[in-house]
Amino acid sequence: MSVLVYTESEQGKFKKVAFEVASYAKAVADQMGTTVTAVTVNAGDSSELGSYGVDKVLNINNGDLDKFNAAAYASAIEQAAKQEGSKVVVLSSSADSKYLAPLVAVGLDAGYASNVVEAPSSTAPFTVKRTAFTNKAFNVTSIDTDVKVVGVSKNAFGLVESNGNAASEDFSPAISTSGVTVQSVDKATDKVTIADAEIVVSGGRGLKGPENWGMVEELADVLGAATACSKPVSDLGWRPHSEHVGQTGKPVASNLYIAIGISGAIQHLAGINSSKVKVVINTDPEAPFFKAADYGVVGDAFEVVPTLIEKLKAFKAQNA
Amino acid sequence: MKILVCISHVPDTTSKINFTEGDTKFDTNGVQFVINPNDEFGLTRAMWFKEKQGANVTVVNVGGPETEPTLRKALAIGADAAIRVNTEAKDGVQVAKELANVVNQGGYDLVIAGRESIDYNGGMVPGMLAALTNANFVTNCISLEVDGTNATAMREIDGGKETVATSLPLIIGGQKGLVEESDLRIPNMRGIMMARQKPLSVVEPTNAAAETNSVKFEKPAPKGAVTLVDADNIDQLVSLLHNEAKVI
Ligand SMILES: Cc1cc2nc3c(=O)[nH]c(=O)nc-3n(C[C@H](O)[C@H](O)[C@H](O)COP(=O)(O)OP(=O)(O)OC[C@H]3O[C@@H](n4cnc5c(N)ncnc54)[C@H](O)[C@@H]3O)c2cc1C
Ligand SMILES: Nc1ncnc2c1ncn2[C@@H]1O[C@H](COP(=O)(O)O)[C@@H](O)[C@H]1O
Repeated sequence: MSVLVYTESEQGKFKKVAFEVASYAKAVADQMGTTVTAVTVNAGDSSELGSYGVDKVLNINNGDLDKFNAAAYASAIEQAAKQEGSKVVVLSSSADSKYLAPLVAVGLDAGYASNVVEAPSSTAPFTVKRTAFTNKAFNVTSIDTDVKVVGVSKNAFGLVESNGNAASEDFSPAISTSGVTVQSVDKATDKVTIADAEIVVSGGRGLKGPENWGMVEELADVLGAATACSKPVSDLGWRPHSEHVGQTGKPVASNLYIAIGISGAIQHLAGINSSKVKVVINTDPEAPFFKAADYGVVGDAFEVVPTLIEKLKAFKAQNA
Repeated sequence: MKILVCISHVPDTTSKINFTEGDTKFDTNGVQFVINPNDEFGLTRAMWFKEKQGANVTVVNVGGPETEPTLRKALAIGADAAIRVNTEAKDGVQVAKELANVVNQGGYDLVIAGRESIDYNGGMVPGMLAALTNANFVTNCISLEVDGTNATAMREIDGGKETVATSLPLIIGGQKGLVEESDLRIPNMRGIMMARQKPLSVVEPTNAAAETNSVKFEKPAPKGAVTLVDADNIDQLVSLLHNEAKVI
């Protein structure tokens, strides 16, 4: 009956989203009067999960799963859910989890709600709130099947610590071969990704050209932030497509989003709306972004950004 | 190669989102509907296969008669045939089950869907369809090559990309990257004329059941006014971000 949660790790270390989905699973389990079981794949020490409410960990250690494989991972999660008799399976909104979740849902004959932003408002019927219309609205949805799959939006529920003890067990699901094989992975390991970042620094066409991105990167460095850009900037080839955020690009749900030289078109705002605090730097006081932002500076990015970098460095030196 | 492109009919990205009937229905008043942007990239890639490697391209939508102009647009862009499954699905799994029936009957080698639709943002239809039809599946797909029955695809992952080898039958959840923005086509007069002659068949649904139920919609709480900081006083911005917003 326990709530099952898939806790993702990378090179043996749990991702922050793992703790967030564990916290969410704990909230659901409390409402349903049951416990939380986590599934991990080739993770190292899983005792940390106890601090976020996990009671039991099913550790899968299998070299065949070293490379991510959606079908195989989904099947492993299904087998865990069946073993535990779980009625609710919780996953994150990482690229991998969003890939897995629909497969898990079909495998378990479970209804699936993605992009969920709050703990269920009721567990019978099982009712959750999710984003829809690319963050322009929310949709309250009930999942009406016996087993439910919930995909939790990033940074929506947050981390909730509890002092638990996660007892760990080995779990060896049957892994069948899959028709999709990873051949190579191309990933910058030294850069913060938009998906994981607490802070995102984003530049628009107001920055005039790719040669001016040095200050954007420096600002991101000082803040430990990821860099992003508006759509025209990636269409013009100033920045890679992977940095394009917005309704048709990547969604951003960071704690802080700093928009430099971005007008704030509706399609841009839709994708970054779920960031908690938004700062805009723009020469035009009429730019629509000022209506969507929490803090704004009307000014020339080429003056404001270098000053901001300097002030932040001083702030960091003081607070180090 | 037989290709099926799944087309979701969605409000244009500039649409203001409002609701009616006690916030239970999307208000379509004054809203322009378009091909879901992710599907437009997929459709354009399908046209590339058709022109460069030879393929027959069918587009499909699960929806009411109001989606036919969107399907006609896909025909005008160059698809050979269109299918509309005549039902207003209540959720993604219902769509996936109806599509699975179309896929099973049509024997498609490659099904191109979008990573996500920009209305309901389920991000679930292609994966569910793959699971229901036992096809290989790659989502967040940013490039796709097919050689005989082998395929090579690239998938965007958090912080990078990964290249995978797979084979037909294959279902992808596509997005920008499959083709470039500049490759997208606007239907021309000839395409629009030709689209009128192309078959658009309406098939009745299998009556697959939904598993979730939309209870109501809510709009985000209105935002408070922006706090403006003088460009000569950036210290104040740093202090606000630290003391008030507590984000640094
Ligand atoms: C179907 C569709 C989907 C779209 N999806 C997206 C999406 O996902 N993401 C997205 O971003 N856009 C998207 N767009 C595009 C969107 O409509 C806007 O065109 C785009 O966001 C504008 O980018 P921008 O703000 O960088 O450029 P602009 O609109 O050109 O704005 C530049 C801004 O920089 C300011 N500026 C100029 N000089 C300076 C300076 N020296 N210092 C400070 N500020 C300065 C200007 O005042 C202006 O406000 C989409 C459009 C369509 C049609
Ligand atoms: N009603 C529909 N008819 C046809 N295809 C659809 C429909 N809904 C979703 N799809 C396809 O599934 C993709 C993902 O949609 P979703 O799972 O709703 O986010 C879309 O980009 C379409 O390719």
